[in-house]
Amino acid sequence: MLKLPIYLDNNATTPMDPRVLEAMTPYFLQHFGNAASRNHPFGWEAEEAVDYAREQVAKLIGADPKEIIFTSGATEGDNLGIKGVYEMYASKGNHIITATTEHKAVLDTCKHIEKLGGEVTYLQVKPDGLIDLKELEAAIKPTTILIAIMYANNEIGTVMPIKEISTIARKHGVLVFTDGTQAVGKIPVDVNKDGIDLMAFTAHKMYGPKGVGALYVRRKNPRVKVTAQMDGGGHERGMRSGTLNVPGIVGFGKACELCRLDMEEDTKRITKMRDHLETELMKLEEAYVNGSREHRLPHVTNISFKHVEGEGLLMGFNKNIALSSGSACTSASLEPSYVLKALGLGDDLAHSSLRFGLSRFTTEEEIEYTIKAISETVLKLREMSPLWEMYKEGIDLSTIEWAAH
Amino acid sequence: MQVCTFAYCHICKLFIMAYSEKVIDHYQNPKNVGTLDKGSKNVGTGLVGAPECGDVMRLQIQVDDATGMITDAKFKTFGCGSAIASSSLATEWLKGKSVDEALKIDNMDIVEELNLPPVKIHCSVLAEDAIKAAINDYRVKNGMEAIKFEESVVH
Repeated sequence: MLKLPIYLDNNATTPMDPRVLEAMTPYFLQHFGNAASRNHPFGWEAEEAVDYAREQVAKLIGADPKEIIFTSGATEGDNLGIKGVYEMYASKGNHIITATTEHKAVLDTCKHIEKLGGEVTYLQVKPDGLIDLKELEAAIKPTTILIAIMYANNEIGTVMPIKEISTIARKHGVLVFTDGTQAVGKIPVDVNKDGIDLMAFTAHKMYGPKGVGALYVRRKNPRVKVTAQMDGGGHERGMRSGTLNVPGIVGFGKACELCRLDMEEDTKRITKMRDHLETELMKLEEAYVNGSREHRLPHVTNISFKHVEGEGLLMGFNKNIALSSGSACTSASLEPSYVLKALGLGDDLAHSSLRFGLSRFTTEEEIEYTIKAISETVLKLREMSPLWEMYKEGIDLSTIEWAAH
Repeated sequence: MQVCTFAYCHICKLFIMAYSEKVIDHYQNPKNVGTLDKGSKNVGTGLVGAPECGDVMRLQIQVDDATGMITDAKFKTFGCGSAIASSSLATEWLKGKSVDEALKIDNMDIVEELNLPPVKIHCSVLAEDAIKAAINDYRVKNGMEAIKFEESVVH
């Protein structure tokens, strides 16, 4: 039975897996201890649970448990990883390289560093959303201390060539930080094979709870250190003070374990549904997939339906289907998605985009419903669109002098 | 899934807050979508907005030469629900009015009628601009001077 509404905004957050909730429950009620309480059984139980979760998290990314620093989520991980390296390695240099399509948690952290006197290079991306490795290498200077490039993009799902990036970084003795939020748990990520020195990720994008994440910090070859951004009791090897969120961490651990065990099966099923959704929607005229289709997360597709505005499109079905649009008509700026614009998309196409994010709970029935609802709405709105009419009449829209608005 | 349903309620509340029932009704059942013959002397066409701003409105009026009354009005809009509703409402208001009366339609009347939130006021401004542009197009076609309007405040 098809149950409405359908949730296809899994890049924003995923529903929690019931198995994760089950693992967490005892740590709210019976085993509520503080993992830092060293002198009674309540504390011991909590510490043991945290240690076990740390192993589960580490195993998913091929790390050593000691290299996992628990945080409140990926935004904190991004801040701690980048600012922490900037402060710790100040004597080595002050230059950071990142890309224009990064998440705001990385971009705004870099802006903050610029205010502190640091220097940041923002690499442009190619039309497929990937960075140019030659440009990256050319941007490295003697003062470069860190390359911060995301593993996979949150809006278009493009997967960056992290292994190639880290090879270049190693050659020049530069550390690699990656925001693994969208990738970890969805595709195989191995910090050693990929040559990652620091990586932020979070539980709620992989069927775990909100409010808990981790920063991976390499301990060997090279040994990496970050300056703490929060002062306090010296938890997490002094890098992140604050009482550990034990139930959250237990859930995060369980979520990581499930992703590791189910990844292959999940990916097969989800990719099939995503490809079907994409193929059917691409049958509409003037529909374009944004970003690389080859180097892409298995559960994501971002499609622009030309001559239809994204928010207007969402309104046609958003009581029944939860999706995101690259249009930002609700914000005062009217600026569409900066990620889509960075790909070189015109504002019109950026305004016309929808982001689909599937999950392990998505069903074929839901995909069929979505294909039908979106196709109908696109056709209806095109009938109403003056741009579509002009396009059909063969008028080149770029030759029209639009009134300034 | 319980979690899903809960998340939905939250989204749903936002949805209702962002769009009034009148906006939703115009969006679902838009009035007067279509095209009039822009080459005809008694048809005035106003095309305003820009694709890069996320909204383009085309509003057309058909005027009875003898009486100066607007006998028909049509629109086509590329934009969000509020932009579609603003233009749909505008065509309803235009029909049966004289050209002079039509000039008095103020964007704030549209805001009030559709309960548009502050972030959507620009949609009503665009509709008012489209009305004025259509009237001027009609005037120029019929040998009258275009009326110079003051710049709208909200843009």
